[in-house]
Amino acid sequence: MSELLKRSVRIFFTYGIRTLSLLFAVSVVSFVLISASPINPVQQYLIGLGTAVSPQQRAELEDYWGVNEPPVQRYFGWLSEVLHGNLGESALYRRPVAEIISERFWNSFALMLCAWLLSGVMGFGLGCIMGMYQDRWADKILKKCCYILSAVPTFWLGLVLLLVCSVWLKWFPIGFSAPIGVRSEDVTLGQRIYHLILPAFTLSLMSFSNIALHTRQKLSDVLSSEYVLFARARGEGKWTILRRHGLRNILFPALTLQFASFAELFGGSVIAENVFSYPGLGSAVSAAGLNGDVALLLGITLFSAVFVSFGNMAANILYGIIDPQIREVEA
Amino acid sequence: MEQKDTTLLEIHDLSVSFRMYEHGLKQTDLQVISELHLTVSRGEIVAVAGSSGSGKSLLASAILGILPENATVRGHIHYQGEELTAARQEQLRGTEIALVPQSVSFLDPLMKIGAQLDGHRRPRQTEKRKNLLRRFGLPEKTPQLYPFQLSGGMARRVLVSTALITDAQLLIADEPTPGMSLEQALEALRLFREMADEGKAVILITHDIDLAIAFADRVAVFYAGTTVETAPASDFQNGSKALRHPYTKALWNALPQNGFQPIEGFQPYAGALPNGCLFAPRCPYKTRQCMENNPPIREVRGGEVRCWQFEHPCDEREVYHGT
Repeated sequence: MSELLKRSVRIFFTYGIRTLSLLFAVSVVSFVLISASPINPVQQYLIGLGTAVSPQQRAELEDYWGVNEPPVQRYFGWLSEVLHGNLGESALYRRPVAEIISERFWNSFALMLCAWLLSGVMGFGLGCIMGMYQDRWADKILKKCCYILSAVPTFWLGLVLLLVCSVWLKWFPIGFSAPIGVRSEDVTLGQRIYHLILPAFTLSLMSFSNIALHTRQKLSDVLSSEYVLFARARGEGKWTILRRHGLRNILFPALTLQFASFAELFGGSVIAENVFSYPGLGSAVSAAGLNGDVALLLGITLFSAVFVSFGNMAANILYGIIDPQIREVEA
Repeated sequence: MEQKDTTLLEIHDLSVSFRMYEHGLKQTDLQVISELHLTVSRGEIVAVAGSSGSGKSLLASAILGILPENATVRGHIHYQGEELTAARQEQLRGTEIALVPQSVSFLDPLMKIGAQLDGHRRPRQTEKRKNLLRRFGLPEKTPQLYPFQLSGGMARRVLVSTALITDAQLLIADEPTPGMSLEQALEALRLFREMADEGKAVILITHDIDLAIAFADRVAVFYAGTTVETAPASDFQNGSKALRHPYTKALWNALPQNGFQPIEGFQPYAGALPNGCLFAPRCPYKTRQCMENNPPIREVRGGEVRCWQFEHPCDEREVYHGT
């Protein structure tokens, strides 16, 4: 067990260094992209305001948004603040970026966690069924469904679900994370979950087919392996083989895939949150991008980079716990 | 030795072919085992000896009923006098008939050896397992290891143990000894002999003809998916004159201690089997009949052989001397 601990600490350390350099690179690239973007934040702000302003007011606004400073200077100004632990203030919301992230992250986290668990469990379960009934009708139908699901864009799927389940059937609310007209302190857990179901389901549909198809493929590899042939020779039945050899050998790649899907999950949440007007990080990041809110955009980008590399690290540590061969080689 | 009432396994005219699709929809049947005959009696070790690619391992799969789905089996297999149907095979696998597989890749890479030795049946044979490990000189910690942590020789001994831990009446050992040291191999073969002496039977699939001669009671010589001859092992010690089939004689002559003479040609591929006798293209004594029809199996001098020369007295034959 201490071997495992040592290994985990080492992974944690190497990943720490890797993550820091990654964060630096991500911040530079994002900053360059924002600087190169044709969006003028002041112009966007004025459009939102809907009134004419005098040139003097406009100059003040430009000063406030900091658009006239040279980009390199702006970047280093931002970087030194970040190194002091200050992510800056969102020009759009007029609040500290850290506060916005911490508030919205919990909404997104609930959404992503539900979607993640749902897609993992559904994907793995259906993948197993497809693998066990390979080339029978159950497999053929499910496989086609998976292909269609991975081909369909998430936002379209979200709109269809919204139209069918919320507008026509009125089963679910049309948007937001809580009912309108209720004070945030008064929102019950039930109401939150109720608002979460449809976006979470939409988001899970995105990565679920991927996991299902991978699981199917892996299970079919396992079932055609020599050790399964030997298990059959020893009289093990189909389901005993799945229990004794199948799950053991496919869980590992499925979990890796599951933890590596954090990036997709984050990307998907941007779309799902916008479709369902769900107040999470995803909708905040698209608002920041469209309004040229540099501090907020960079803050969320960095945060999501940390989140994704945490997922990869978790996958790496799990490797060692599940696969004795890797444990042995690395020890 | 050949008493009919002690016959455990009888294989008659067994053919196995695989459905293959070449160039899209064109379907061909690839025959890998052709009209094979084999009888195994209680108390004996029968070696099935032949070169690689002669379909020896598939014979094991056919007996156990674990051939791939695109395989078609024709012919009859009787176990203890009763037809071995798919349902019966399922019942007998791992209880009455046990397999010793060829390599460590037949062990689950992520399962500890202990669990694999125990198998899925309950109750666990803990005492028996301990004894087997001791007899094979496997370290006490072996059950806690994973397959990749075993040396080649350890893996072989584990594979043999998986079969010996059962109470199987018939053991099919597919190349069980390569990778073992001489002592370990001898110990494994001693265990097989003990099994046979208890009234069980062992089919020893091997390409090692010396091993087959030394340890088996009878040797079935396998060529291109069929048994061309089944002879008492002692016939091999008495030299090529005691043997029956031209291929067996050629095999005997090709052994290092018997002159080391190879014969020309190679074993036909499964997709391109000759019409008549499968050995005819390489046979120095082939006749027109050999090229046209596969000979039936004959009992000759206490063995079985599949050759036309035993249909007629030797001198009447029209002999073609091949190259």
